[in-house]
Amino acid sequence: MAVTAVALGVLYAGLFGNDLSVQLPYILVGFIVWGFISGCINEGSEVFISNEGLIRQLPAPLSVHVYRLVWRQVLFFAHNLIVYVVMLVVFPQPLNWGSLLALPAFVLLTVNGAWVALLLGIVTTRFRDLLPITQSMVQLLFFLTPIVWIYQDLLDNAAVSARARLVEFNPLLHFIEFIRQPMLGQPQHLRHWIVVLVITVVGWALTLFALRRYRSRVAYWV
Amino acid sequence: MEQDRSLVSITTKDACVDFPIFDAKSRSLKKTVIGLVGGNIETAAKVPVIEALRDISLNLEHGARVGLVGHNGAGKSTLLRLLAGIYEPTRGVADVRGRVAPVFDLGVGMDPEISGLENIIVRGLFLGMTRKEMEERIDDIAEFTELGDFLRMPLRTYSTGMRIRLALGVVTSIDPEILILDEGIGAVDAAFLHKSKKRLAELVERSGLLVFASHSDEFLRDLCDTAIWMEHGRIRKQGEIGEVLQAYKGRTE
Repeated sequence: MAVTAVALGVLYAGLFGNDLSVQLPYILVGFIVWGFISGCINEGSEVFISNEGLIRQLPAPLSVHVYRLVWRQVLFFAHNLIVYVVMLVVFPQPLNWGSLLALPAFVLLTVNGAWVALLLGIVTTRFRDLLPITQSMVQLLFFLTPIVWIYQDLLDNAAVSARARLVEFNPLLHFIEFIRQPMLGQPQHLRHWIVVLVITVVGWALTLFALRRYRSRVAYWV
Repeated sequence: MEQDRSLVSITTKDACVDFPIFDAKSRSLKKTVIGLVGGNIETAAKVPVIEALRDISLNLEHGARVGLVGHNGAGKSTLLRLLAGIYEPTRGVADVRGRVAPVFDLGVGMDPEISGLENIIVRGLFLGMTRKEMEERIDDIAEFTELGDFLRMPLRTYSTGMRIRLALGVVTSIDPEILILDEGIGAVDAAFLHKSKKRLAELVERSGLLVFASHSDEFLRDLCDTAIWMEHGRIRKQGEIGEVLQAYKGRTE
């Protein structure tokens, strides 16, 4: 992961004519957060299918399989933080007290990862053709979300700034930014937090509803 | 955490289990949506259903030792899954009180990459035991399985027989309130079988409630005192073990 991030950092710093010390940390942190998000979506969409054996043999709540998945992703994330620490040494960032907000932000991210995995898991278990669709969607989202390209740069460019604003509709932008900004010591925007909180509440409400309705059916579907 | 033993019970009333049989078409969201748009709802929504269990009414209390007999496909395993709380009934009610230890497949939840000792713990956790309880049992299991130093090796290095020994060792060491056993326990080599039979009998002795599906009369008579004969997803006959087995045999021969 570190190798890809560094290579992309060098590549895009060249392409956009940005300073490497700006572009590389940006891409690296974006990559770490993206790894968690895409892990939750990709694995979440097959969480019940791949645990079929356990589901048909043990009367355990479905959420157990999701907790295992999210916990695994948290460990991956923690593992990748080593790369982040090395990066801080090479390219020091203006970290401040506000950077501590990255911690609650990450907690919120895992809370969201759990509902996404639960909901996607239920739907894809019933409709098996959704699995390849979600996986190509994740790939598409990678390009739609400012991970390798810097959103601010596009806003400053008069030719595309109006179109660039459309990215605000991409919910993943807010999930990436509300962790990346504190981790890089950049000024933080309240709107990312608001969008994430709203998504958390709506997402969980939807998931609990689906769980109530279809929880007992999953054992029949796998 | 230990529940009052007298609370261990399984009650079902008119429980039915229907399996939707999805084919490639009904598994597909695309096909389902197009079917709706085309006004073709009637045929698109019809997923064939297998009625696996019909009107199952049972009342099993603490101390029950129930054997399940019936042909292949009569609904024995489905009934076990219903009683274990894995399938919720499509209609009717099923109320399971007590900690269930279901044993359908001996090896489920075992990880080939970790050692035998770690697998003992993990498998025990899946059966509803705590880590501490399993640690206390490790010596006992090690002795029973006769695997010795192999327990420190990853599970993937084990032969099939060794895996069965380990799985059986763990399964027979637990302390279940409700024990659900499916056939296949008998698939062990003869010398080991005698030893495991004794342990199995002890396990059944400890458990609060036993439901056991098997094709082996000998096993059933050893472990159970009452029996249920399943046929086409319904309870055909329920009663004392000898009586039910005799009726079942009389019918099949």
